[in-house]
Amino acid sequence: MSALRQIAFYGKGGIGKSTTSQNTLAALAEMGQKILIVGCDPKADSTRLILHAKAQDTVLSLAAEAGSVEDLEIEDVLKYGYRDIRCTESGGPEPGVGCAGRGVITAINFLEENGAYDGMDYVSYDVLGDVVCGGFAMPIRENKAQEIYIVMSGEMMAMYAANNISKGILKYANAGGVRLGGLVCNERQTDKELELAEALAKKLNTQLIHFVPRDNVVQHAELRRMTVLEYAPESKQAEEYRQLAQKIHANAGKGTIPTPITMDELEELLLEFGVMEQVDESIVGKAAVAA
Amino acid sequence: MDTKTRNKALIEEVLSAYPEKSAKKRSKHLSVHEEGNSDCGVKSNIKSLPGVMTIRGCAYAGSKGVVWGPIKDMIHISHGPVGCGQYSWASRRNYFIGVTGVNAFGTMQFTSDFQEKDIVFGGDKKLDKLMDEVETLFPLNNGLSVQSECPIGLIGDDIEAVSKKKAKAIGKTIVPVRCEGFRGVSQSLGHHIANDAVRDYVLEGSEGKTKGFESTPYDVAVIGDYNIGGDAWASRILLEEMGLRVIAQWSGDGTLKEMEATPKAKLNLIHCYRSMNYISRYMEEKYNIPWLEYNFFGPTKIAESLRAIAAQFDDKIKEGAERVIAKYQPMADAVIAKYKSRLEAKTVMLYVGGLRPRHVVGAYEDLGMEIVGTGYEFGHNDDYQRTTHYVKDSTLIYDDVTAYELEKFVETVKPDLVGSGIKEKYVFQKMGIPFRQMHSWDYSGPYHGYDGFAIFARDMDMAINSPVWSKTKAPWKK
Repeated sequence: MSALRQIAFYGKGGIGKSTTSQNTLAALAEMGQKILIVGCDPKADSTRLILHAKAQDTVLSLAAEAGSVEDLEIEDVLKYGYRDIRCTESGGPEPGVGCAGRGVITAINFLEENGAYDGMDYVSYDVLGDVVCGGFAMPIRENKAQEIYIVMSGEMMAMYAANNISKGILKYANAGGVRLGGLVCNERQTDKELELAEALAKKLNTQLIHFVPRDNVVQHAELRRMTVLEYAPESKQAEEYRQLAQKIHANAGKGTIPTPITMDELEELLLEFGVMEQVDESIVGKAAVAA
Repeated sequence: MDTKTRNKALIEEVLSAYPEKSAKKRSKHLSVHEEGNSDCGVKSNIKSLPGVMTIRGCAYAGSKGVVWGPIKDMIHISHGPVGCGQYSWASRRNYFIGVTGVNAFGTMQFTSDFQEKDIVFGGDKKLDKLMDEVETLFPLNNGLSVQSECPIGLIGDDIEAVSKKKAKAIGKTIVPVRCEGFRGVSQSLGHHIANDAVRDYVLEGSEGKTKGFESTPYDVAVIGDYNIGGDAWASRILLEEMGLRVIAQWSGDGTLKEMEATPKAKLNLIHCYRSMNYISRYMEEKYNIPWLEYNFFGPTKIAESLRAIAAQFDDKIKEGAERVIAKYQPMADAVIAKYKSRLEAKTVMLYVGGLRPRHVVGAYEDLGMEIVGTGYEFGHNDDYQRTTHYVKDSTLIYDDVTAYELEKFVETVKPDLVGSGIKEKYVFQKMGIPFRQMHSWDYSGPYHGYDGFAIFARDMDMAINSPVWSKTKAPWKK
């Protein structure tokens, strides 16, 4: 058995992290890899395509029912899905109460201590949105994910989030061993999307590891709570995910320390590609009527 | 070398142990008082330096431990993990009359005892349930307060919403207090937050709750006396004997009803200015109640204060004040006659909180003793301004003193007595220096009023003149 690879998917909310990660991991499973998915999002939707389930019982909801996390058995929180992929969700509070970040820490510690990682080739963390607080940085701390893959698109805010996540990785890169594995561009069909993604990757001292084209088959599979790999294994899109999986598999130890850029540099990048026009400072903050 | 030169050199020497940046910051808190200086020459109410051992507390301590804790007929819930509540169990030595568990709860401890899941999922449901349990187990409580510990502010528990809902359901006053420990630089902000909570949840809407209250022209409230060892009681009898009616005690031996009735007072008498000036100023603004800072430590200051209080009222009260002074002065004189010869010219260094670094000076001076150094844990500039009336030229002044600084100061100044807290007590006693705890009165008290002065004098004599101090030299050392 080779050493355990730990990777994590981060990205702006709604960018398609969970879809991309589940499809890619399904492709890795196809390659014979034994995989554990750790969903780190209170929405608990990181494993639905693998499990064909609406939502899995989460570590934290079960712990709350049982009294505390010490009262749980590992079997209670692990589910097996497509190609025996192990799935678990940290879960968290309903929106507006408590501390979801602390929930992620609690859940990951429980999984580690109770042997959820034993016998796995891959552990993949699927983390919500930005690195908003210490809890959501848990997977990038020491002895957790070695490489982070940032799912993004050509949209300004997705690139902004990718840059922010890079800052989070940089913070922990020097102390621990975490590296940026690359950007995964999930096509939104914005102008010059591929070029822009490549340029951003260069600025961040990383690579655009794969450009995933937009294809409606993903939507069709999603509606059936399936990955494309399972729903339409012969499709062109399934092949795209296989390529991404192979690239990730070959990318072990090749991650880099990111070089996040400033907001101004990011805007310059957009200007350079003509995606954004030079802002006329005199119109900033003026309503249509006033202008 | 004169005292002033010696003290200035001492401060320089103490500061020289610090890194440059720290020395620069600390130098603003250490001073030698010069006659005419308006604020003793120190800066205050500033964040303590990382790395030093400060003697300060936190905002939770200021609210739960000082202001709210002594209100005896309310149940004060320490909301958060168990430690803060456990270590503040029973608050300070706030004496109260009542039956514990029935109509008084001062020595009990209530906590929501946060577990990991309460942090993750929020503690509001647990708080809701806890309030029901409290109501079932102790139905004679007159209200609740929620004292927030640090995590409450971090996870954003909506204690206001829970309090509002339960207050309506139970039909009692429930006061949410946002006194998370990380707020502010010391317990001082906790006092302020607690005062604001009194304003918003007790005084606000209290008009309807005081029906049937019959006012007299002589109604006063005692504000900022926490009844340590019975202090408020020893003060109250003097006010009553001079003809005033004390309608509320804040907050030692106090009740919710008394707080609600306080807007009916003609005058607010404030002892601990630091912890309750906020609510006094509010009542002045809102209800037009004047307030007066007084000092009941030692016969000189007591007589001064009684006359100043009486001056706010008619001749009946003024005569009453003279009658009280005439009655008790012989007793005070007898105390002085007994102890002064044993304490004359003894020097004292103080380091306490609230009002005491200045208020007790007069009591020591009545016994012929001299204050050679004093400082506040969490004082503000207005405290140091008020201190100038009490201290002499060349007194050593130290704000938010560190354990190291105080030890060095005492080593050089060699006072005959140090008055500070439990954390300091054994350090100085082991140095062979007599010590009295001046927060808790060292399990003694009261020290307020004429009755308290007799106890104060006895305690100081007992500390300084104990034969044990002649036995502290090792017999093999010449």
